[in-house]
Amino acid sequence: MDKSQLELVRGTLDVLILKALVWGRMHGYAITDFIHRESDEALLVEEGTLYPALWRLENKGWVESEWGLSENNRKAKFYRLTSEGRRHLREETKTWEAYAAAVGKVLGASRPRIAEES
Amino acid sequence: MARVPFWRRYARWLGPNVKADVSDELRFHVETKTDQLIAQGWNPADARREAERQFGDLREVSQMGEQLGNERERTRQRKDYFGALLQDLRYAVRTLGRDRAFTAIAVVILALGIAANTAVFSVVNTVLLRPLPFPQSDRLAWLSSDRNLDPKIREVAGLSAITYTVDAFEEYQRHNHSFEQVAAYNPFFGNGEFTMTGHGEPQAVAGVMVGGNFFETLGVHPLYGRLFTKEECQKNGRGAVLLSYPFWQRQFAGDPAIVGQTVILSKQPALVVGILPSGFDFGSVFAPGSRFDIFVPAVMDILRDWGNTLALVGRLKPGVSVSQAQAEADILFPQLKAAHPQWWGTYDSTITSLKDFVTGKLRRSLLVLWSAVGVILLIVCVNLSNLMLARSSARSKEFAMRMALGAGRGRILRQLLTESMVLSTGGAILGLMLAFVLIRYISRQGSIALPLLSSIQVDAAAMGWTLLVAALAAALFGLAPAFKVASGNLQDALKDSGQGMSAGRRHERMRAILVVSEIALACVLLVGAGLLLRSFLRVLDVDLGFEPSRAAVIKIDYDDQGKAERRGPILQNMLENISAIPGVESAGVTDMLPLGRNRSWGFQAKGVAYRKGDFLAALVRIVTPGYLPAMGMRLIGGRDFTWQDGTHNEPVVIINQAAARQFWPDRDALNRLARVNGHDTRVVGILSDVREHSLEKAATPEMYLPVMQADPEGAELVIRTKLPPEALASSVMKALRAWNPAQPAAEFRPLQNIVDQSVSPRRFFVMLVASFALLGLILASLGIYGVISYSVARQTQEIGIRMALGASVSQVRLGVIAGTLRLALAGVLIGTAGSLAAARWIASLLFGTRPSDPMTFVSIVLLLCAVAVAAGYFPARRASRIEPMTALRAS
Repeated sequence: MDKSQLELVRGTLDVLILKALVWGRMHGYAITDFIHRESDEALLVEEGTLYPALWRLENKGWVESEWGLSENNRKAKFYRLTSEGRRHLREETKTWEAYAAAVGKVLGASRPRIAEES
Repeated sequence: MARVPFWRRYARWLGPNVKADVSDELRFHVETKTDQLIAQGWNPADARREAERQFGDLREVSQMGEQLGNERERTRQRKDYFGALLQDLRYAVRTLGRDRAFTAIAVVILALGIAANTAVFSVVNTVLLRPLPFPQSDRLAWLSSDRNLDPKIREVAGLSAITYTVDAFEEYQRHNHSFEQVAAYNPFFGNGEFTMTGHGEPQAVAGVMVGGNFFETLGVHPLYGRLFTKEECQKNGRGAVLLSYPFWQRQFAGDPAIVGQTVILSKQPALVVGILPSGFDFGSVFAPGSRFDIFVPAVMDILRDWGNTLALVGRLKPGVSVSQAQAEADILFPQLKAAHPQWWGTYDSTITSLKDFVTGKLRRSLLVLWSAVGVILLIVCVNLSNLMLARSSARSKEFAMRMALGAGRGRILRQLLTESMVLSTGGAILGLMLAFVLIRYISRQGSIALPLLSSIQVDAAAMGWTLLVAALAAALFGLAPAFKVASGNLQDALKDSGQGMSAGRRHERMRAILVVSEIALACVLLVGAGLLLRSFLRVLDVDLGFEPSRAAVIKIDYDDQGKAERRGPILQNMLENISAIPGVESAGVTDMLPLGRNRSWGFQAKGVAYRKGDFLAALVRIVTPGYLPAMGMRLIGGRDFTWQDGTHNEPVVIINQAAARQFWPDRDALNRLARVNGHDTRVVGILSDVREHSLEKAATPEMYLPVMQADPEGAELVIRTKLPPEALASSVMKALRAWNPAQPAAEFRPLQNIVDQSVSPRRFFVMLVASFALLGLILASLGIYGVISYSVARQTQEIGIRMALGASVSQVRLGVIAGTLRLALAGVLIGTAGSLAAARWIASLLFGTRPSDPMTFVSIVLLLCAVAVAAGYFPARRASRIEPMTALRAS
């Protein structure tokens, strides 16, 4: 595997899947593809993690599935966001942005002020 | 609910298949990946391998998928079910709401049926099914000393034949091994009548003398205070009294401070030792229809010489059955008798469970009542089936449309059953309220001589029963229209006419079957009620041997210091005062009135040798001169007592015809010598038989003795008046108070009340059964009317054609009425057969009426036919007014 690819931080896969479905229904393969593409090929989702994650989301009622024909004319299972899933995505995005900003701030900090005093 | 329609949730026809879903999904992924690799220039076989390698452990992921999928399926099914149910419910409420008249009628009919069922169940549950209101009441048993008596005599021998002497009681108590405890009370309740003074006006209180361990045996603990001590149960012990809860509430306003105070009972001080709990109602168990205020210790050493005075109740040892106790008693009592040759009787005993003793006689009546309401419920269901059927015909297009749009038959059936359930839930709620009112009313009828009546209530069990009945009813009446829909023809229904000829006929037949069964059920109910009603009228019609109208009774109290020679003048003086009141025709005193308490004394003709085992006793009433005319009793020979029949004159007795027949079968009994309790006594009068036990039992030997020569047990003043007795109440009371200032404020009861109370159980049952039958009749006639008018409406066109072809108005009318009558006759025929069977079943409840009483049967048949004709007449009239042209154009 490419070294430039990053390991997914725990818990972020769910949000990424939900985000992938924002514009409409998608099958599992397209979701991996989407994440891979949109992260400028930095993130690679393993199938062994993707599908269980999808099914769990479906059990939670955040996505729902239906069968349909794929672009290559194969029978495929498509997932789409439920309104509950959409709401969850909004919240998670906000949390993630705040988290990322906070982590970024800490990591970008210059010499801490407390150290001066001690 | 999910937005994805169910048929797109699954990729296959046969419902969900999680395993296949998972493998399909993953296969798609691998195949797509393979395609992509091939597009990038891989050769197909390598591309496939690479795709699978990249995927990782396929099997593990599939397993996880199956697990998650199954989980999902389960929740989905649950959600779908409730979702559909909710949908059905909403739809049912909406459709029913649109059809208000139908809904109201259906709910009211159901409510009536359910109310009747719930109310009767409450009675049956309390009286028959629930144990008696005592702890471990299954171990309580009743003893009666009548085992070797002829059953015919047993029925009428009165209390003296089932009671024990103190000696017999104590010997049995000492020697038996079956009972943990045997307790006694004195069922001659006259012994427990006291005048209570010291708290307000002198007051008559009804008490029971109970043995020291009576409450302990029953398992009754006092609410306040304590039970009797040993000393209080002994001769010359301190007087003690326990108060019943209602009396304590009424008389002492529920003040616990009364415990430990002294009250005066007939001039004797008695310490209030305790208050009994509200759940203990002595009367409702041991003497239905009577109320008791206080309990005093039965002092055995006083009662010892009084003869048979004790009724026995026992608590069996754990693990000992009634039949084991019986087997022991069968051996023990002959042994006791052998050891005590001086005992008057053998005291061979029958042991039954207390529950059987209390409610055994009611079993049949209650089962009849229960069946009657069951029949009502069936009629209700048939009626509703009819209504639903007619409604579903009108809705057949709606169903056909829904089926065409993809609803399965099962789904529509479920919808229909949901509607039935909604209706019957409405009926159950209203019915429960009705039943509640009814039961409240019944439980307050203290004067009805039925055991446990006061404790009847709509409890959890009754509510459960209601639920069951409602669900059953819904299933029953929901099924008919459901069948119809299930068998319906989609195309026929969608076509404008909607009624294929053959389908129309089939439904016509179904409706006819419903009407016939309804009439048959109503017939059974009405015949049963008719027979019971006729029996009741027969009972009211019996010659009582006395005249209850224009006579009243009041309990009196006087003090003769226990001396017979003082009693005569005291009572004579009082009776003269009473007779002087304007409006009083005659007056007399007795110790026991007919139809109430009784006791018997030894009686035989002097000089006759009797066989061992002959029943040599007669009921005894101790009366004053003037009592017989005051009661309206008829002497058919000899004379009434006079005040000259005093202590020192020849002992005299008046006997009834039954006694004369039994003891002097072939001779005139008048002026012969009898032996009464071993004393020579001259028969001076013969009295026409009086119903002394109940209106339904023939007279047994009975004797009347003058108060001057025998000791009475209590005193009841009977006054025959020219005016309505109530008008004299106050002047009589004034005269009594002038004569004896301590005369308690007693009730002035019309004699008719005593008769009424005696027939109250039968009246109660007849009223209930008759009202159920009436309800059944109304429902059945509504049902007939509904069906006939529906079928007339359906035949509008046909009738129109026939009239256009020359049929006259009367022909059309006759046709409709004849159709109705045909159904009615079929129903009556089946019903009569059923009634004959039912009548045999209730034969033991009838009085003076044969189960096949032709009069009842004929009148019920005529009644039903008349009702059918009436129910057919209105639709017939409507049919005959059909304008041929309108009817023809309507198609």
